[in-house]
Amino acid sequence: MVLDVNWTVKWLTLCAQAMAEHRVELIELDRAIGDSDHGENMDRGFQAVLDKLSESPPETPGAALKLTAMTLMSKVGGAAGPLYGTAFLRAATSLGDSAEIAPAAWAGALAAARDGIVARGKAEPGDKTMVDAWTPAAEAASMAAADGSQDALSVLVAAAEAAEAGAVATDPLVARKGRASYLGERSAGHRDPGAASSALILRAAVKAAA
Amino acid sequence: MKKLINDPKAVVDESVQGFGQAHADLVTVSADPTFITRKDAPVSGKVGLVSGGGSGHEPLHAGFVGRGMLDAAVPGAVFTSPTPDQILPATHAVNSGAGVVHIVKNYTGDVLNFETAAELAEAEGVNVRTVLVNDDVAVEDSLYTAGRRGVGGTVLVEKIAGAAAERGDGLDVVAAIGERVNSNVRTMGVALSACTVPHAGSPSFDLAEDEIEIGIGIHGEPGRHRIPMENADGITDRLLAPVLADLGISSGDRVLLFVNGMGGTPLSELYIVYRRAAQVLADRGAAVERSLVGNYITALEMQGCSISVLRLDDELTELWDAPVHTAALRWGV
Repeated sequence: MVLDVNWTVKWLTLCAQAMAEHRVELIELDRAIGDSDHGENMDRGFQAVLDKLSESPPETPGAALKLTAMTLMSKVGGAAGPLYGTAFLRAATSLGDSAEIAPAAWAGALAAARDGIVARGKAEPGDKTMVDAWTPAAEAASMAAADGSQDALSVLVAAAEAAEAGAVATDPLVARKGRASYLGERSAGHRDPGAASSALILRAAVKAAA
Repeated sequence: MKKLINDPKAVVDESVQGFGQAHADLVTVSADPTFITRKDAPVSGKVGLVSGGGSGHEPLHAGFVGRGMLDAAVPGAVFTSPTPDQILPATHAVNSGAGVVHIVKNYTGDVLNFETAAELAEAEGVNVRTVLVNDDVAVEDSLYTAGRRGVGGTVLVEKIAGAAAERGDGLDVVAAIGERVNSNVRTMGVALSACTVPHAGSPSFDLAEDEIEIGIGIHGEPGRHRIPMENADGITDRLLAPVLADLGISSGDRVLLFVNGMGGTPLSELYIVYRRAAQVLADRGAAVERSLVGNYITALEMQGCSISVLRLDDELTELWDAPVHTAALRWGV
């Protein structure tokens, strides 16, 4: 499997599909500890990404991610818009102009995305935010890629599985950043919606390569 | 869910269109991206004031656009902050060259989007200052939280900073006055019922018939704790105590008392709350010199209220009394 621009566009298309399919689920997660808008905003944002991709088809994976970043930043709103916008922008920058994403480059892009989210949102692991999905994902991808024998697909799988486990692991946490933090102890027992949507995005990357 | 809407996805656009038509003498509505500006913006030589945030808090912010208050309001989707591609053109539209003050309620989304827009505006040659409003005593303020939320005090910051800009104060002075209001105001709210976000379709939290949420924000998020229903005086005492303690109100202080409705509580009940709050302040020896009662920063159709107390000085009082001509606040004109 080669992670080229066609794979990237397919990934983003599957992200849009996942946000539409899980819209209500994300709204429900956010209703519990936030303000019921996450699923709606992500769905609207990724639908706009699809429009942009067909309007001006990108030539490289990096260009596709940059287009995604700018669109999410201008269409999503809330905290998720700037955070995902920054994540995709940093990933795009780390990929540069290359036509294909090598396993190590994917790991590097995830680490760059994670660092961007941390820089913008000032959250740390354990704060019950999307950082709790991106940090294990970036680490898992980096370990899988360092192995050298792993192909692209297994690096994608490692990242997606780590993100999913990270999202599940936010359930018992007490939120210290974002809107759920206003609930204090009452935020425990609910999954962080941003970590959940992050896991969907990284799972879509696997599906695009399958 | 029963709401006077056509399509959940069109709520903000259609509402803003109606607002623009109803108040065509005061404002201009720009579409794609959506923002509302004062009819005569930019006002030559005047510092521009821009605020914004999620929709669903009407009349905040568009209802406060006009002479003596905001120059522009930027509405996001319901309970979702607006995006930099809206905030940036609104900032340019009200910049006369004297610079622009962004009044931002302290929520992660609002802060991030306004911060991005301010950076872009600065890069394009506009001097921007940001006043962050965080008056909600329900939230513990520490390094480990997102900090206190901007709630009722926002209205007072917008009015008073708006009056400072209108009288010709410079950029740094207007921002400093806004910050002075923020540091002298505290707020606490209660919900008797949740609200329903149009696209979500069900109430934002579940509250039994005999329960209330103390310490709510303005987005339908649950509060700090839940208690059995009490009478108006009891609830007022609960809200006011932390406000007065945090502000350190003592005998001889002059204050503005603001009882704000969350959208679904009748004015008659807000006055019952006001009556008790004024009595408590009088017992403390504080002089309630100015007042505001009504639905000014709401959470859709939520039942409940918030109580804000602002410590006044001569200048803040004079700026509060200055003429204002907006859709939702109007006096002296």
